[in-house]
Amino acid sequence: MEGAMQTESKIRADSRTEPGPRGPGCSLRHFACEQNLLSRPDGSASFLQGVAEKSRERLIRNTCEAVVLGALHPRTSITVVLQVVSDAGSLLACCLNAACMALVDAGVPMRALFCGVTCALDSDGTLMLDPTAKQEKEARAVLTFALDSVERKLLMSTTKGLYSDAELQQCLAAAQTASTHVFRFYRESLQRRYSKS
Amino acid sequence: MSFRTVEPLEYYRRFLKENCRPDGRELGEFRTTTVNVGSIGTADGSSLVKLGNTTVICGIKAEFGAPPTDAPDKGYVVPNVDLSPLCSWRFRSGPPGEEAQVASQFIADVIENSQIIQKEDLCISSGKLAWVLYCDLICLNHDGNILDACTFALLAALKNVQLPEVTINEETALAEVNLKKKSYLNIRTHPVATSFAVFDDTLLIVDPTEEEEHLATGTLTVVMDEEGKLCCLHKPGGSGLTGAKLQDCMSRAVTRHKEVKKLMDEVFKSMKPK
Repeated sequence: MEGAMQTESKIRADSRTEPGPRGPGCSLRHFACEQNLLSRPDGSASFLQGVAEKSRERLIRNTCEAVVLGALHPRTSITVVLQVVSDAGSLLACCLNAACMALVDAGVPMRALFCGVTCALDSDGTLMLDPTAKQEKEARAVLTFALDSVERKLLMSTTKGLYSDAELQQCLAAAQTASTHVFRFYRESLQRRYSKS
Repeated sequence: MSFRTVEPLEYYRRFLKENCRPDGRELGEFRTTTVNVGSIGTADGSSLVKLGNTTVICGIKAEFGAPPTDAPDKGYVVPNVDLSPLCSWRFRSGPPGEEAQVASQFIADVIENSQIIQKEDLCISSGKLAWVLYCDLICLNHDGNILDACTFALLAALKNVQLPEVTINEETALAEVNLKKKSYLNIRTHPVATSFAVFDDTLLIVDPTEEEEHLATGTLTVVMDEEGKLCCLHKPGGSGLTGAKLQDCMSRAVTRHKEVKKLMDEVFKSMKPK
């Protein structure tokens, strides 16, 4: 199978500006994606984003189940295999993004795309999107959300630590804004892939 | 013969249209909650919680253990949720299935995030000896909403735990346990879980029964402590929710916390001091 399109993968070594409480612009780390890199499976993708197990599996599976139109493929099993190449924080969000891109690459019919965004709250309430492993460890709370592409509704959420209701709404709003960037990236990378082949 | 068996979802939709459920509850109403504390004599702390038909029993045993090397002044709290064929036809005997593992992980996260007890309180001698609290949550009847029942059972059992006084004999370096002098644990927060099921991507109902969980398109569990702080927002996939719907869930969780706290205070007040 040809078509292993390599998107430019200049990985900035974690030197992005720290976002303020409501980070303007894109405060997510640089990401790159490569699709169709394995020949045997129907679809595959590798998702690099910046420099946990039955529970995590279940979260990813349930998120996929919510968007995949399973009724169109009865008596079929769709297996999503995720292999962690390196973990530099925000692992679950990266896994969700990879799973979505792989499902798109495989041509599985879905009712929406989804993306994962991680927020960290440190001790004085500052919001950080897409934290590194160090920031996650030092944070007071780490919230991971999966949002859908149609209405930015919350598909999945898992949180660690203590936080207030107002902080939750703040994180959710920030995640919804950040998800626009991720969805734009999906669209651009797919456009690049299909325009060349 | 029975419309309910043939078309369960349609059957439910007819009730939901009238803003109620087949068992007569409103959409935001919990089932009758009962709690019984201290019934297991062999455990250091125990509780039995019933949420309608869902029954969970929690037994806590305290044993000695060496503290972890990276945290020498902390003890352990080890939860384990057991879902056996006894409680529902869905489970088989053998190693814990996925639902049991996820529930155990959820309880472990709640303990960790809410800081319900300070792990430093469990330390007897820094680096050498600490208490390990094994919390076994056994489901006796699974009729939905297992997470709420387990969280409540754990909280009630922890409040019931009495640990004997332990002194380290300096000459023999052995621990001496004084069973006559027992003290309760210092429970710092009271996390209470409120679970919701999402129907048809829009309607939220509280405290789903097993049948409702099956028909639902998504579930959400909110764990809140008394100050309104969230320890856990567990939404394992399922249909999407807007921010406004989440806000409604939060307000319901706050009310539920008050109900549960009141019930627990009554129970502990009625227990005779030993």
